[in-house]
Amino acid sequence: MFSVLTDNWDLFGQGFWTTIKLFLISGVLSLVIGTLLGTFRVSPVPALRGVGTGYVNVLRNTPLTLVFAFLVFGAPKMSIELPSFFWSAVVALTIYTSAFICEVVRSGINTVPPGQTEAGRAVGMSFVQVLTVIVLPQAFRVVVPPLMSVLIALLKNTTIAAGFSVAEAGAIPAAMSERGENQLLTLTWIAIGFLILIVPLMFLQRWAERRTAVA
Amino acid sequence: MRMRNLVATFGVAALALTAAACGKSEPAAGGGGGGNASDSCGQLHKFTTASGVDVAGSPAFTKAKARGNLVVGVKADQPNLGYKDASGKRCGFDIEIARMVSAGLGLDPDKIEYKEIPSANRETAIAGGEIDYYVGTYSITDKRKKQVSFAGPYFIAGQDLLVRKSDNSMDAGKTALKGKKVCSATGSTPIQRVKDEQLTEASNISEFKTYSECVSQLLDKKTDAVTTDDAILKGYAANAPDDLKVVGKPFSVEKYGIGLPLADKALRTKVNAILEAGEGDGTWKAIYDETLGKSGSDSTPPPLEKY
Repeated sequence: MFSVLTDNWDLFGQGFWTTIKLFLISGVLSLVIGTLLGTFRVSPVPALRGVGTGYVNVLRNTPLTLVFAFLVFGAPKMSIELPSFFWSAVVALTIYTSAFICEVVRSGINTVPPGQTEAGRAVGMSFVQVLTVIVLPQAFRVVVPPLMSVLIALLKNTTIAAGFSVAEAGAIPAAMSERGENQLLTLTWIAIGFLILIVPLMFLQRWAERRTAVA
Repeated sequence: MRMRNLVATFGVAALALTAAACGKSEPAAGGGGGGNASDSCGQLHKFTTASGVDVAGSPAFTKAKARGNLVVGVKADQPNLGYKDASGKRCGFDIEIARMVSAGLGLDPDKIEYKEIPSANRETAIAGGEIDYYVGTYSITDKRKKQVSFAGPYFIAGQDLLVRKSDNSMDAGKTALKGKKVCSATGSTPIQRVKDEQLTEASNISEFKTYSECVSQLLDKKTDAVTTDDAILKGYAANAPDDLKVVGKPFSVEKYGIGLPLADKALRTKVNAILEAGEGDGTWKAIYDETLGKSGSDSTPPPLEKY
């Protein structure tokens, strides 16, 4: 059982390293873009709200494979060039996950009592100040668990990139089969690999919940 | 500051329209490489079903005999090898080999139940008894011999390059690959060979689920060569002879075998005997000429390995 892993360490190591890179880069980008979109959706400017709503409704209802297929096969025909398949995958994962993060952040913002915002405005704070100093810190405290769920979903979604020329963990079974390795053991090791990646996220969630808990 | 009414603005409509447009352009892109409308299967070879066949001590045969037909694992997307046309008919060299074996086992080849098993699931499907045997560009390797057993080889292929017709820069074969973009199926042996022998730079390699997607990339000039066994490449070249060609400098030896359950020695002996008879009486040559032979290159039956 262990030989399946140790004999093919090159494949597993490289595959999971690519998975981690995909996850970290698109995770950070999605958090930034998702939060930005979340603020769009509650902003006083109707045009911004429209962009936010449109984006979320389109991306949340488009299968991720289709987003990938568009970026890899469709975009080049429209002369949209991305530097490599890896970056196509990052873009696909980011624009898809941002829609979900946006909604999580928005639900957090909605938990902040309107009196707080009004008080902020009353002491002369700007919209951006109210948002970053008063609203978002409280909103994030509430959304730690759902946010982590979205990130865990992102981690698992990275495996779709295997079909679009990114050699990450999802591409390991195909290569292992060509090497004549047992598929069941290969899949077991991949499952264990994902567990190892997800467990720290769970600890991070608990730590963040404790850290931000209201006494 | 709170979320007010849902604003169904123009933004939504505009984005939705863009998305619809994307959806339309995508299938055209995906189908560009593989699917010519004229790809349909013609007449299949006629086999005489043997009578009174018994394979003593073969569990797979006993099960198939009781069922009245064979269940055979195949591929469906390889023109002239294992192919299923738009009407659902199957044809190609591998299909004919599967039918020849069925006839030799005394079971009507027209009653074969085909199952499309992707490469990665072949061992599991054979070991789990999901299929009786597998015929689909299945290379005999020592590692695989530990999980399944092989009858054959019934064909010898070699890794080659498919390039655009106008491109003569890779005529020398694998040595000319340096600096060129190469595409093949995800994790496949050919692409692993390109990596191991460093035939080109890692950043020039792309891997997709199917060869058709690679062929699409080749036609779009996103890659310069598609690499895998020449048998598979010739099938694509035959579909687009004005745009594509096979370089014709094979740089590996792939022995295609029929995958059988590991413990079923009796069935393997019998299938080997059927292959040997077919090679001897000219059947092999006939089905080759009707399928892969149409590409213009000749071939002879390989010697069997009765291990």
